[in-house]
Amino acid sequence: MISRTKVKRSIMGNLISPLLSMSRKGSSGWMVIVGLVIVTVIVVMTALAPWISPHNPNAQVGPIRQPPSLEFPMGTDHLQRDMLSRIISGGSVMLQVSAFSVFLCFLLGVPLGLFSSYTGGYFDRAASLVVDAVYAFPGLVIAIAVAAMLGPGVINMALSIAVVYIPSYFRIVRSQVLTIKELTYVEAARATGAKWYTVLYRYVLPNVIPSIVIVATINFADAILTAAGLTFVGLGGTYDIPDWGWDLTDGRKYLLSGAWWIITFPGLMIILLALGFTLIGEGLSELLNPKLQR
Amino acid sequence: MGLRSYIITRILLTIPTLLLLLTMVFLVMRVLPGDPVALHFEKKADPEQMEAMRHILGLDKPLLNQYADYIVGLVDIGYLVAHGFPNLGKSMSNFDEVGGQVFSVFPATLELAIYSITLASLMGILLGVVASKSHNSIWDRLIRGFGTITYAVPVFFLGIVLQLIFGVYLRWLPTGLRIDPSMGLPPPTITGLYTIDSLLAGDVLKFFESVKALILPTLTLGIILSGIFVRLTRTNMLETLRLDFVTAAKARGLTDDNVTFGYALRNAFLPILTMMGLQFAALLGGAVLTETTFSWRGLGTYMLERINARDYTAIQGAVTVFGLLVALVSLAVDILYAYLDPRIRL
Repeated sequence: MISRTKVKRSIMGNLISPLLSMSRKGSSGWMVIVGLVIVTVIVVMTALAPWISPHNPNAQVGPIRQPPSLEFPMGTDHLQRDMLSRIISGGSVMLQVSAFSVFLCFLLGVPLGLFSSYTGGYFDRAASLVVDAVYAFPGLVIAIAVAAMLGPGVINMALSIAVVYIPSYFRIVRSQVLTIKELTYVEAARATGAKWYTVLYRYVLPNVIPSIVIVATINFADAILTAAGLTFVGLGGTYDIPDWGWDLTDGRKYLLSGAWWIITFPGLMIILLALGFTLIGEGLSELLNPKLQR
Repeated sequence: MGLRSYIITRILLTIPTLLLLLTMVFLVMRVLPGDPVALHFEKKADPEQMEAMRHILGLDKPLLNQYADYIVGLVDIGYLVAHGFPNLGKSMSNFDEVGGQVFSVFPATLELAIYSITLASLMGILLGVVASKSHNSIWDRLIRGFGTITYAVPVFFLGIVLQLIFGVYLRWLPTGLRIDPSMGLPPPTITGLYTIDSLLAGDVLKFFESVKALILPTLTLGIILSGIFVRLTRTNMLETLRLDFVTAAKARGLTDDNVTFGYALRNAFLPILTMMGLQFAALLGGAVLTETTFSWRGLGTYMLERINARDYTAIQGAVTVFGLLVALVSLAVDILYAYLDPRIRL
């Protein structure tokens, strides 16, 4: 338990306190704050959807494809459903998919990177080769190929996205550990007779966490866009679960009739959510690497 | 090390990477959830029919033999010379050569990719230079904001919005296809790039039609990709503009534009070149979505169409070509880099 509080303390020390001080002077702090607000609002909105949407997102409540009006502020779709209600609850698929895929990446990429870099040798070289090959490949093409083999569904989407982004975690952790493992305090820990996993978990990992947090937030944005892309090519959810990606994809069929509201609102929500995570990630990376800040 | 020996070493180093990549493609397509033939028939066909297909496609052999067939097929020069495309196996739908299908749609993707990366880098470099010249001004902030937002926009959403504005409302540009069907047949295939083939055939009308069809897809993909170039150019220019040789050039009385473009940008260009190579993979991913948005018959739409047909051998072929393309581009960029920056060859 001591190590967990240590990790917590290092997050507090490295992330929160510079954030508070930077919010007073720099733009990076504000980026993080704005990003956090956007993401929090969307998460809360999605969680409270059943209580705050004016209609059931799947119920036929209005005329077909009605432009925005007072009764339906975002219009209705071709199945007579209220777009506003669909927007309010439509983030859940994307949030679930991206959260699950980030979790998977974290679970696999971080230990693999830690172990590979710390032990070095053949395993490290082999793992790096494989990871670099995946990293160089067009991410969406891998995700599409894997999703096509696995079939639709939230978990399968998350899995196919995770395959694409595990290399990012592996690479950042590996490069950080290469420097950290040579530091004197790690050597001291080894000299006291600590086992390799203790050294990794209690001494090396806490120092890598800030970089992983940045990768994870940027990865969140990527995962959202990839999930939207997978849905767009027909490897996503189904029509009965409200989802921005699906509404946008399906709304495209009515493009020629000029029904802009069916595609615009879901599209803007995806942008907003991805932008929220991007702002957090970029702001954090500027806060933690002041050298890059201009 | 001379340039030639650098190139040879770099090409030799590409071989293990390629082999690894091909192995991964094979593993994903063959090992992941099991039997592609059963998936193709959705488990409804009678066992004899499935067995017959396995036999024709060579899927009844042991996995290692299939793997050997796959790799050997790709390096079979005799086949390549005889057919004009590499051996990527046979399609599950009609037992056609996958290589032939893939290489008939490939130029469409190439054409889109070339114009988009050109637009993205030109736009990104120009905006990046403007931002760095007016550091911390309102322009700098706007351009930085643009760079961040392009990162968060789904490429197909931008495509749909452009279609809606320029295709549906204004009716200025076509919303899809590589050339208007009313123009009759596409220009005779020489390079497969319609803009070049139509000029080679001396058909100005078809040239303009194919350019018109290219504008929206190129804008879509180009704008999305330009963000990363904006950011990179800006950062590198800010660094370079502070260096002594820039100050010296200014002190000698050279014009501002001359210093910016002739001196600073030339130096800041190398990392941008590397980024162009790295972004090529992202470009291909974006191209899949852009092609779908604009009904552009390229490698991406081909792959998705084959996914819907549950044609796993064809999907494997398309993915293989995507991988080969990325490896070749990164090789070309590295060689160009070595040519431009002699330090790399030391």
